[in-house]
Amino acid sequence: MKIQVTVNGKAHEKDVDPRTLLVHFLREDLGLTGTKVGCDTSQCGACVVNMDGTTVKSCTCLAVQADGSQITTIEGLSPKGELDAVQEAFWNNHGLQCGYCTAGMIMTAVELIDKNPNPTEDQVREGLKGNICRCTGYHNIVKAVLAAAEAKRS
Amino acid sequence: MFATEFEYKKANSVSEAIQLLSNDADAKLMAGGHSLIPLMKLRLARPGTVIDIGGIAELQGITANNGILRIGALTTHAQLAESPLVRDSARILWETAYGIGDPQVRNRGTIGGNVSHADPASDLPTVLVAMDAKFTIQGQGGITRRGSRTVAAADFFTGAFSTVLAENEILTAIEMPVLAANQHSEYAKMAHPATSYAVVGAAAVVTMDGNTCTVARVAVGGLTPSPVRGQSVEQALVGQELNAETIAAAANLIDNDLGSDIIGDIFASAEYRRAMAAIELKHAIFHATGLAHH
Repeated sequence: MKIQVTVNGKAHEKDVDPRTLLVHFLREDLGLTGTKVGCDTSQCGACVVNMDGTTVKSCTCLAVQADGSQITTIEGLSPKGELDAVQEAFWNNHGLQCGYCTAGMIMTAVELIDKNPNPTEDQVREGLKGNICRCTGYHNIVKAVLAAAEAKRS
Repeated sequence: MFATEFEYKKANSVSEAIQLLSNDADAKLMAGGHSLIPLMKLRLARPGTVIDIGGIAELQGITANNGILRIGALTTHAQLAESPLVRDSARILWETAYGIGDPQVRNRGTIGGNVSHADPASDLPTVLVAMDAKFTIQGQGGITRRGSRTVAAADFFTGAFSTVLAENEILTAIEMPVLAANQHSEYAKMAHPATSYAVVGAAAVVTMDGNTCTVARVAVGGLTPSPVRGQSVEQALVGQELNAETIAAAANLIDNDLGSDIIGDIFASAEYRRAMAAIELKHAIFHATGLAHH
């Protein structure tokens, strides 16, 4: 089936098998491997992307459901060579270790800060409920999201 | 993980979706896909056709008119949790929606898909039974030939993953009475730590005249194949001044309403869940009334 999807501002028209998951479409058809497949059961959040303004777990979305939509992945957050405020904050606060969860964490954090520009620590932890990190624990990730929110406010 | 092969069809209206359903015995409806896609990936569901109803505008929207809150079947959990109208009309539903899954699941999962899937561990069925919600179902034939019917929440669920929906019917909306200022509601659950699904969930809606309960509707779920109304508990609450003793005594009667079909699994035995039903129900009634407790 033919679908039209705009990813990171670029329009694509591709033929997909209806059972293709959005995450595989992004990684394999478009070569955007920043988005990861973690648990593949909508628990871990490594596959989070933004679709039409809200975050989705792209392992639990068919590519055909994304037909006609606007998608932003980690690759599209900032122009090449620059970092978004959230990316910058993860770097400065050591909000990652192996990096596997990072793209999903950042995509979730961007939406979280958009909806709530001045979140409390509890709200950040609650907002990251659907993203699992198995390296660092969440301390520096939460610190990074709070720092990013502050940077965006100022 | 990939689903088995299927044909994908997108319906642009309810009547088109019903037409597609009626012509295909092996078709499944998909709204947000957050129940169906996981099942298909695990190959627990292998529909030959998936009919995507996710874009149907007439299934969207939250309104309140003449004391009735109406929620379109495609309303997401995030939309419920972010709606001031839901907050002011059905506080229990607003709070419960926020406790479902995680932000991404709430962004895609819908109220209609959730109840049609009828997972025993889901929160919304229990809440909707306690709220005395009515489910509007559209079938073939249109309104002129008894195409549409309304079913009470308590009658909609017929068992684990089972509802009264016929193969060519679609749940279109859920309606419930707007809560008055003297009606208080709360949902309490023992949540599974990984998934936040209800191991045991309890919902209470109480109407108060001062400190006295005049009407009560309570339901429990998670431990039974479908939500169970706590009629013994309701009878014990009505006419009582609600305090720690009367609430605890009434909540303990839930055992009489549970029946013998109690779910037990690796997370919690049936015996344990049965014991927790009274505890969660006590929490729900206490929090609804605003009484402090331990």
